[in-house]
Amino acid sequence: MGNLLSLVTFIPAVAAAILALFLRGSDEASARNAKWLALAATVLTFLVSLKLLFGFDPHAAGFQFVEERTWIAGLHYKMGVDGLSVLFVMLTTALMPLTIGACWTVESRVKEYMIAFLVLETLMLGTFAALDLVLFYLFFEAGLIPMFLIIGIWGGQNRIYAAFKFFLYTFLGSVLMLVAMIAMYVQAGTTDIPTLLAFKFSAGPLHLMGWQIAGGVQTLLWLAFFASFAVKMPMWPVHTWLPDAHVQAPTAGSVVLAAILLKMGGYGFLRFSLPMFPVASHLLGPLVFWMSAIAIVYTSLVALVQEDMKKLIAYSSVAHMGYVTMGLFAANQQGIDGAIFQMLSHGFVSGALFLCVGVVYDRMHTREISAYGGLVNRMPKYALVFMFFTMANVGLPGTSGFVGEFLTLMGIFQVNTWVAAVATTGVIFSASYALWLYRRVTLGALVKEALKSITDMDLREKVIFAPLVAMTLLLGVYPSLVTDITGPAVAALVQSYHTQVAEAAQAAAPTQLAQN
Amino acid sequence: MNPGDFSTVLPEALLALYAMAALMFGVYTGKDRSAPLILWATAVVFVGLALWIGTMSGSRTAFGGMYIDDAFARFAKGTVLLSAAAVLVIGQDYMSRRGLLRFEYPVLVALAVVGMMVMVSAGDLMSLYMGLELQSLALYVVASLRRDSAKSAEAGLKYFVLGALSSGLLLYGASLTYGFAGTTLFSGIVTTVKAGEMPVGLLFGLVFLLSGLAFKVSAVPFHMWTPDVYEGSPTPVTAFFATAPKVAAMALIARLAEGAFGTAPGDWGQILALLSVASMFVGAVAAIGQTDIKRLMAYSSISHMGFALMGLAAGTAGGVQAMLIYMVIYVTMNVGTFAFILSMEKGGQPVTDIASLRMYSRREPLKALALLVLMFSLAGVPPMVGFFGKFYVLMAAVNAGMSWLAILGVIASVIGAFYYLRIVYFMYFGEDREGIDAGTLRPVGWIALMGSAAVMVVGIVNLFGVEALAQAAAGALVH
Repeated sequence: MGNLLSLVTFIPAVAAAILALFLRGSDEASARNAKWLALAATVLTFLVSLKLLFGFDPHAAGFQFVEERTWIAGLHYKMGVDGLSVLFVMLTTALMPLTIGACWTVESRVKEYMIAFLVLETLMLGTFAALDLVLFYLFFEAGLIPMFLIIGIWGGQNRIYAAFKFFLYTFLGSVLMLVAMIAMYVQAGTTDIPTLLAFKFSAGPLHLMGWQIAGGVQTLLWLAFFASFAVKMPMWPVHTWLPDAHVQAPTAGSVVLAAILLKMGGYGFLRFSLPMFPVASHLLGPLVFWMSAIAIVYTSLVALVQEDMKKLIAYSSVAHMGYVTMGLFAANQQGIDGAIFQMLSHGFVSGALFLCVGVVYDRMHTREISAYGGLVNRMPKYALVFMFFTMANVGLPGTSGFVGEFLTLMGIFQVNTWVAAVATTGVIFSASYALWLYRRVTLGALVKEALKSITDMDLREKVIFAPLVAMTLLLGVYPSLVTDITGPAVAALVQSYHTQVAEAAQAAAPTQLAQN
Repeated sequence: MNPGDFSTVLPEALLALYAMAALMFGVYTGKDRSAPLILWATAVVFVGLALWIGTMSGSRTAFGGMYIDDAFARFAKGTVLLSAAAVLVIGQDYMSRRGLLRFEYPVLVALAVVGMMVMVSAGDLMSLYMGLELQSLALYVVASLRRDSAKSAEAGLKYFVLGALSSGLLLYGASLTYGFAGTTLFSGIVTTVKAGEMPVGLLFGLVFLLSGLAFKVSAVPFHMWTPDVYEGSPTPVTAFFATAPKVAAMALIARLAEGAFGTAPGDWGQILALLSVASMFVGAVAAIGQTDIKRLMAYSSISHMGFALMGLAAGTAGGVQAMLIYMVIYVTMNVGTFAFILSMEKGGQPVTDIASLRMYSRREPLKALALLVLMFSLAGVPPMVGFFGKFYVLMAAVNAGMSWLAILGVIASVIGAFYYLRIVYFMYFGEDREGIDAGTLRPVGWIALMGSAAVMVVGIVNLFGVEALAQAAAGALVH
């Protein structure tokens, strides 16, 4: 099939259109139909995408499943995946059915809710599969619209502030990227990503309004992309939209946000910043390292004092994304492999943790940590699952969380020992906030009156958690499932990165000698 | 003078004759009772002319170069005619039900359109001025169409006084230009203007000419009339102001800048860039505090004109193409949005407060969705077509080495996004309080709203071929 990727990408959109146009009424029956249709569509997407995974050859160079059509303004509709992106596509298709399952308890405007998630899935898949700059931007940016609505319509008390903050913050970040993309188009004469990957953007020093900019054009472009991806990621200090968005978003919204949307930032670094602007990445790497290290330590400490469960997990997400950026810009095999692994693992683990919060929120309608305690007495199964994901979040060996943290730390250790040392303390902090959260929520005696009649997980919840537990364990004990696929692509990336950095250093050396 | 001249101006001549005939018909057949008929006939004539103009090709001049008929003029005329037709028909029901539909309205609109057609075809400062004044005089009158409303009268008067001032500026600039170039023909001026050695007097002339025209597109700092006139005029007239005249004036600026001063793009490029930045930011920031949707759309149009000017400021064929595409997209979005605004009413009374949209999505999910699409498109958020309008002008600016302009533009667009989001917020997140009545959208308005919203989504596939047409148009203008 020549258009497998488009098929995978647009099945959810078609389902959304069917829901919007043909499903009438707002009674219970139509709400049920909407849910089942959405579930069917996401499961179908997942099944079709499996063909993508099994048909993927990790050792073939370049992009696979490529399809291309001409489009307006000299742009192309071009889709394709390589070792870096195929697993993100899979992550998305695998998590969406679980997300739809998690919104089963929604009662207001069910049809619209399902449409928003289906559209969002199409946009996320498109982001990971797009091979044209502007097409990428289109998908990347359009994802804001459904998420804005999900937070704004179905969110919590303070949802309007959170929705606006989410939208405007990320929009501001990414419009600068748009200008950079246009500048790249003007320079390279194409928006085709494979061609751009081979194109060498000028890295000679540039004089602008009396300032000398080391790394020249590459630095400027890198900064513009950084503005977008750092906000999306989110990196300290531009992470403040995330806790607000997470706390106010409905459970399923939080899951998608943490598990998939955040990965777009990391994917962007991987697809654009590192391979296209290697000299600038090398130059500004230390900045990213220290921002990441600060993120890991600072947000872990902030997580420690949170009184809202979701906010705590949101801050822990920022800390975990710190490992990702650190590993990516270490620019060696372990670092980048680890970063990709960490992103995938975080997709399952943080998604599951938000679902865990959702389980008790559905019953008690509060996220205050102090409202809980001793849940293990009434909800042993829930306590077990929650403990499992808490441990995965901490990075216990045997869970997927460990592999990612370990690899990224190993990667950064080879480049910058101090950053590695600071970042490693984050492992301890993460254990303290996660275990303390777990203790306060589940352990101890069940004294709260309101909790005395709480029920354990029902079948639907168990079914949702089962695949997440399985994946977390599987990746934890058999990580080469991931690294086998990403490995060759990462190796190629690392090699081209270091060649270009060395070339630039060589080009700069004679001029320095001449100056001396 | 030869007969060929008349065949070149035939569309304008026919439309002028039609307007006079319609006037006579209206006067002799019971006045306002025949108004709906005249209105629909005018719309049909507009569409017919647009189709006819669409079949033409080649490039001709008439009356010794005073009048130019080329691909650029035809593109602008087509846009003007079709948008005027659309705006006429979506406003018909609103005007009829409020007793505003006098037969003069379609006649005046037809005359204004004749003026616009002359404007975009102008090859001489004289024909430029004639077209502009014909258009403006007709618009002054329709602004105060609601005779018993003080606000409407105020709008008309304000528009007239400030418009006369801008005409004065324009005339002064024209006389300076004539004095220093020795001719009023664009083709004559362009031979006296050499890049880098423009006489100071001519430069002054250029500045005054552009100031006068900036008033017509309501670019900052010549925008003060816009919110008051938009608010005071009857809504169908506001819709008209927001669409066709903007296209015509923008095309006129392009014609003047590229046609008469095309050899010195650096001189006017700076002026336009400044107007562009000021318009984008003032439009974006000032709209935040607005509660009246018509005033909000006024600031929105100021901001959009800033973006269109960005394309022109680039001074390249790509820039002109970008501006034309931007204007087509802008007009399409505005037709849909105004079709909705026209239907906003409560107990039969029109309302324009945006807070009255509270929870509209619950009562009218489909229309709310259409308006949501339009709002995101106006904000320039992908994947809506509005994004591509911005993409084209930004690309033109970066291509011309004006990255700073592009960066300022995108920052303004983020600020502007806020107030479009606020409309979405009222429709979707607001408290569930009593708002505007449901089911007030008449079939014509419904088609306009849904059509416009559908275009915003489906158009991303290939922009319906507008891109190629705009390219040909820009190629005809910029040599």
